[in-house]
Amino acid sequence: MDFEDTPEEAAFRKEVRAWIDANAPKHLEAELRRANFGSSGVVSEDPIAAGKAWQKKKAEAGWACLHWPKEYGGAARTPIERVIWGQEEGPYAALSGPFTIGHGMCGPTVMAWATEEQKRERLPPLASGEEIWCQLFSEPAGGSDLAGLRTRAVKADDGSGDWIINGQKIWTSGAQNSDWGLLITRTDPDVPKHKGLTMFFLSMRTPGVEVVPIKQANGASGFNEVYFTDVRIPDTQRLGAVGQGWEVSLTTLMNERLSIGSGMSAGFPELFRFCMEAEVDGRPAVEDSSVRSKLAQFAVRQSGLKYTGMRAITALSKGETPGPENSIGKLVAGATMQDLSIYALDLQGQAGVLWDESSPQNGRFQSMLMRSPATRIEGGSDEILRNIIGERVLGLPGDIRVDKNVPFKEIPTSGKRK
Amino acid sequence: MNLDFSDEQKQLRDQVRRFLSEKCPPEAVRAILEGDERYDKSLYAGLAEMGLLGAAIPEEYGGVGLGHLELCVVAEELGRVLAPVPVSSSIYLAAEFLLLAGSENQKSEWLPKLASGEAVGTFALVEGQGRVRPDKIAASVKGGKLSGAKMPVADGFDADFAIVAARDEAGGISLYLASLAGDGVTREVLETIDPTRGQARITFENVSVEPLGATGDGWYIATQVIDRAAVLMAFEQLGGADRALEMARDYALERMAFGRPIGSFQAIKHMLADMYVSATLARSNCYYGAWALGSSPAELPVAAATARVSATTAFQHCSKNNIQVHGGMGFTWAFDCHLFYRRSNGLALALGSLSTWESELIERMSAGNAETAA
Repeated sequence: MDFEDTPEEAAFRKEVRAWIDANAPKHLEAELRRANFGSSGVVSEDPIAAGKAWQKKKAEAGWACLHWPKEYGGAARTPIERVIWGQEEGPYAALSGPFTIGHGMCGPTVMAWATEEQKRERLPPLASGEEIWCQLFSEPAGGSDLAGLRTRAVKADDGSGDWIINGQKIWTSGAQNSDWGLLITRTDPDVPKHKGLTMFFLSMRTPGVEVVPIKQANGASGFNEVYFTDVRIPDTQRLGAVGQGWEVSLTTLMNERLSIGSGMSAGFPELFRFCMEAEVDGRPAVEDSSVRSKLAQFAVRQSGLKYTGMRAITALSKGETPGPENSIGKLVAGATMQDLSIYALDLQGQAGVLWDESSPQNGRFQSMLMRSPATRIEGGSDEILRNIIGERVLGLPGDIRVDKNVPFKEIPTSGKRK
Repeated sequence: MNLDFSDEQKQLRDQVRRFLSEKCPPEAVRAILEGDERYDKSLYAGLAEMGLLGAAIPEEYGGVGLGHLELCVVAEELGRVLAPVPVSSSIYLAAEFLLLAGSENQKSEWLPKLASGEAVGTFALVEGQGRVRPDKIAASVKGGKLSGAKMPVADGFDADFAIVAARDEAGGISLYLASLAGDGVTREVLETIDPTRGQARITFENVSVEPLGATGDGWYIATQVIDRAAVLMAFEQLGGADRALEMARDYALERMAFGRPIGSFQAIKHMLADMYVSATLARSNCYYGAWALGSSPAELPVAAATARVSATTAFQHCSKNNIQVHGGMGFTWAFDCHLFYRRSNGLALALGSLSTWESELIERMSAGNAETAA
């Protein structure tokens, strides 16, 4: 066992480090180090523009979408090289926030299902950051039960082969900045729900698409509602066969959970630093035995995540596929983040209620408290993740599905009970 | 980056697992629980014969000189089957004390016997209720004679010698090697929550002992050895946690209620998923501990405490929920769930309780190793 690079990995790391050192936007480093929960931390300039500039620079030098094939704007690097790049990019990775969904989820789906011509047309501008993509999946009636979605795509009756889309999506991250969207719709309500879905991609500027930001519980607006009113798109923008949408969506969702779960910090280093400085009963908090017990439990969850990630990197380094242990990442990080932030406020005493310039670490723990409920829901809720671990890792049977073999239109919904 | 065991180490694991599935079925653990023997002597002899007791003991002292990573592999397998043998006392502790602080004579005399299973050694530290602290040690040595009482001492009734922490004539804590065969030693078997691992009270009255390590260094040496043993013990706990999870999973697949396997109910499925999370975190933390044990003494204090806290938490979590998943059957004497529950709660206290290790972890991090958990 060791944490050393192989000679090839070390050479690659050296090359990456030198390039980043010579090219990174260092004037933004201090702001980026304050990055927190989806915001890049950049305030001195437009974060989207800053992200696009960094992505373009990387693409021009061959450092964008490292694992993608070269013909689609990638660099055809190995998974372990991608990991090393991520480690070396450090704080500047936060600049790539706007591209996370496009690069991590939409791109791989397009790569798996689009025509060669579409791939060569759409993927390079996604890789280089010229174009931002969003994922139009969740709906008011279909979140955890994604296949319950109700947005309809109907063939136009003019013989053009075009599709007319009507409906509503919700929780769409980054839709307000996006150029393109990956859209899952219902094309046949007369068959069981998983069988009547079809996947498309479309320009977010297509007439009839309206993006409305959602004001979240924490006051921020990262998520959106997206409304579709008689939106017409050509059949060529379909991914997979009509009725194959569920299968196509699994490509995206598999990538989503990998992308959201990997390398997450649960916030322990920051809590530990806070406890080194804070006082409990006139002594440093870290000297108090009850504080120590709490901290230790947070510490082992954080280090467990860290070394689980390293076990995955070990597999990649050997050219193997990482095991199922990575499925715990987001489940552990989300819940730990929430518990940890509640505890950090507790240690701040009655002043923990404040979320202003007097709050320790720029109000990091208050931000974490208010953002963490979303982490436990987005990209697969805690409960869905437990189902996945139970069924796919431990081999337990699925729940009995009362809607499985019923035509979609006959399934009871919240407003329509039998 | 290589945070995994090597192919050879994995082969060793398979070999040990095959051996133990034959020689240490649940009936063998039950025989110790219900019988008069305090450990499984034929199993212990078998482990010695395979060279497993001497895995980390150098060849010059009768071991096979593999290393501590191999011992981690063995420990995990022993933990999976709740092996009722004194490996932790004799190998993780006594042998490590000798290797770290023993004189040439002490090493030559005892290590070959520990490796061959001919002798059992143990560590006598605790003197009754409460957390162990140097100032709570009353046993003392004057003129080379030890007096005092130690309890509980794991495997104390069956050990041939003990490494004893006692107050020296200068008032400091020193370590002594005491033969348990001679005059002045009285031993008594104690009743415990886990009778598959023996515990004893040992009373010393003017017993001749020889020093182990430098005078006054007792606490320092013990801390180092306990850290090493903590990683190995964490692997035992990890093995137990994994096995308890598997038992619960298997039962959830097989047991039908309300017309379906109970594992299809989310209440059960989510409980099992959480057990998997605990066991996975513990495994990753144990690997970190194994790495430090094998190659980074500087990081061992934090890594050992991390592995120990994580593995204790996981084994307790998995063993208690294993009973819960089994329902009423899980609380019968006939089902094996209680064996895991007993062992998890016994091991949670050996080498220091969970809260003790939690405190140690944070103290060690604040002493300058904070970045290791970042």
